[in-house]
Amino acid sequence: MTAANASGAPGALADLRVVELSSERSAFAGKLLADMGADVILVEPREGDAMRGYEPFLEDEPGPERSLYFWHYNTSKRGITLDLETDAGREALRRLVATADVFLEAEDVGRLDALGIDAHSLRAGRPELITVSVAPFMRGGPREHEQTTDLTLLAGGGPAWSCGYDDHSLPPVRGGGNQGYQTGSHYAVMATLVALVSRDLTGQGQHIDVNMHAAQNVTTEAASYHWLVAEETVQRQTGRHAGVNPSGPSQVLCADGRYVNTGVPARRGRDYTQVIDWLKETALYDEFPGSAFLELGAQQDRLDLSQIATNPEVRETFGAGRDAMVLLAQNMSAYEFFEGAQQRGFQVGIIYSPEEVMEDRHFQARGFPTEVEHPDLGRSFTYPGAPYLFHGSPWQIQSRAPLLGEHTDAILEESGFAADEVAQLRAQQVV
Amino acid sequence: MREPDGSALGHLRICDFTGQLAGAGATKFLAAFGAQVIRIEDPTNDGRWDILRGGQPFKDERRGINLGGSFNNHNVEKLGITLNLRTERGKELLHELIKISDVVSENFAAGVFERLGLSYEELRTLKDNIIYVSNCGFGHSGPYVNYKTWGPVVQAVSGLTFSSGLPDQPSAGWGYSYMDHTGAYYMAMAILMALHHRNVTGEGQWVDMSCTEAGASLNGPALLDYTVNGRPLRREGSPNSNRNQFPSMAPHGIYEAEGDDNWIAISTRNEADWAALCRVAGTTWADDPRFAALADRLANEDDLDRRITDWTRHEERFALAERLQAEGVPATAVQRPGERVDHDADTEAWGLWPTVRQTEMGDVRVDGMPVHLSETDWKVERGAPCLGEHNDYVFGELLGVSNSELVSLKEEGVL
Repeated sequence: MTAANASGAPGALADLRVVELSSERSAFAGKLLADMGADVILVEPREGDAMRGYEPFLEDEPGPERSLYFWHYNTSKRGITLDLETDAGREALRRLVATADVFLEAEDVGRLDALGIDAHSLRAGRPELITVSVAPFMRGGPREHEQTTDLTLLAGGGPAWSCGYDDHSLPPVRGGGNQGYQTGSHYAVMATLVALVSRDLTGQGQHIDVNMHAAQNVTTEAASYHWLVAEETVQRQTGRHAGVNPSGPSQVLCADGRYVNTGVPARRGRDYTQVIDWLKETALYDEFPGSAFLELGAQQDRLDLSQIATNPEVRETFGAGRDAMVLLAQNMSAYEFFEGAQQRGFQVGIIYSPEEVMEDRHFQARGFPTEVEHPDLGRSFTYPGAPYLFHGSPWQIQSRAPLLGEHTDAILEESGFAADEVAQLRAQQVV
Repeated sequence: MREPDGSALGHLRICDFTGQLAGAGATKFLAAFGAQVIRIEDPTNDGRWDILRGGQPFKDERRGINLGGSFNNHNVEKLGITLNLRTERGKELLHELIKISDVVSENFAAGVFERLGLSYEELRTLKDNIIYVSNCGFGHSGPYVNYKTWGPVVQAVSGLTFSSGLPDQPSAGWGYSYMDHTGAYYMAMAILMALHHRNVTGEGQWVDMSCTEAGASLNGPALLDYTVNGRPLRREGSPNSNRNQFPSMAPHGIYEAEGDDNWIAISTRNEADWAALCRVAGTTWADDPRFAALADRLANEDDLDRRITDWTRHEERFALAERLQAEGVPATAVQRPGERVDHDADTEAWGLWPTVRQTEMGDVRVDGMPVHLSETDWKVERGAPCLGEHNDYVFGELLGVSNSELVSLKEEGVL
């Protein structure tokens, strides 16, 4: 199906069975496990998970099987419906979990306890089971009942304070793409894998609590440790690191209307030589006012930036290197600048929109865009691909997201339910 | 394989060449769960390949290679050794260390490790089931294999900078290296999954991680909207990442609050949240037909947001968030670092900011882990290693180098 799995070898988690209660808070964790080969059984209520009602929709037409949001976050999983508000539904869940290695849930805090199917009850008599509870705050902690969304997690947990613009009359910005939920899911997977590798040795499972608010808090780089170490507060700046002290702009509008991140300016003599040559090649050398300082930079082995505050010559030389990159960027397309600068050894980046990544030749050569068959629609669609290339046990989208209840019968039968038991669950509208 | 010690990963040894955050963050996580992570640094430049070593922030007026606050944060619970790989004896000692390790990890630019004579094939000749995980900006193949990155460049190229911003403005991007953190998370997952695979099959492998690919995989619904529906995120009025795209919500944003640079985030997930917000605000917005249903509020969202701002700008953000939460509406103050570190009941109850003892810095607080395991939880007590701090233990005790040779190796600049 993809370049990443051309070997046909099973994924690294092919021996693992996971029962996941469907939730937007943990769906990405389930996907990460499923795309590495785990048999992830997605348990939805009979009416389907709320995610099936989230935009965007196939051809903009709503419908339970048309949510691209649901499609993305539930690849490689199999689906079953269960009404957990009924005794029979809860009993069926217990029997399902009895066949699993991992139980993953992110229900509103307290719901599963009230139903008697919380992680600790499910672990009774199954010491080898790994249970994972993802919650917005610490379960049993002082803020456990606060309501959250991806926005409020990122705003309260630290990331938003550091993101935005030099102009502080504009609000802090939440980074797009559900990163708050996804950060919680990353930690859920990392912790699950720690428990799994430990279990490989001891045979013992355990319970894992994941705190989404805490996960944001430790995903803010300098904002946290500047406070922890020195009680300093970083301030947001346009398109670059928030800092205790302000830094120079790093985004430049190119001739084609797109932006680049100009990255790390020249510091070594050979960097300055590259800049001078590039300016000459593009006939910009004569109009650049700082040429003399570039020549000065080219004569040195390396600029001593520790003198930048005290030595005007160092300051001017460093500034000339940065200004030259800005002038070059303004006079060519963003892609030309990206390639030209990288080929001259400068760490710069083109600011791609997400869709432009899928069209880029490097990502295509590495097999990133991934075709996924949707047999029910008679079509295939292109999905984002592997976050890592495993050479021995590859990432692979095993199948598109499950239709509502698509694998109910098969999963129940595999889990030891007799045909008449399945029929009864259907008759009672439990599945 | 080490003797199990009761911690989750205490039986594992990692021969670790990572640095900065994109690599060091991965092995920090594993070290916190007990893995013996042995960090290898170059004595000829005092380990400065890792640009964070010796860098700000500083705990006090002292400066020096062992006093960097960010380096300490990312390297707790690891051991540190120095080894000059340009010497024959240095290479030999490294080979001995690899033979008793489970994992080799690095985040150099592509090609660097190979030039050190440490390609996966060569690693395998030292230890057949070794796990090798490399992590760099564009991976070890493809047209950009020689291109260099750091966090902001990864975020730019992977689409994450663009998807963070307000209309009629350039990208806001991320005010920190989100993809150094997140690249490290994927690297940790890759190491752990490869270990599990080895435990099942007996086989090691190479995982080639590209940070830009990991980043590009984090915009799923927006990408499918393009590949399936042909709707790009680069279009008029888009993105506006403080509003919610998937699913639609309104009101939904970060609003001005009383005071200087104070903000409150509010989401209304449904009609109940909307009605509750109107009650807290004490207004009749809910009766206005322009704001009646979600579709109306989305159509008039600019006007709606202006009205909300006219209200919230006179409110103290923590008190208002509490009143909204009391009615079940998701709301929070946009917290400053000092607020969420020192005045947040949740992070305090969790124990999110452990104090470590670093040999030269003394006691310093660091980022802890946002997970708790019931049986084999993390432990973060020891600060980052000083340069070569564990040379005697690793070379002497683990590799059996005699005391007299240790002395001469130091004199000769091998260590």
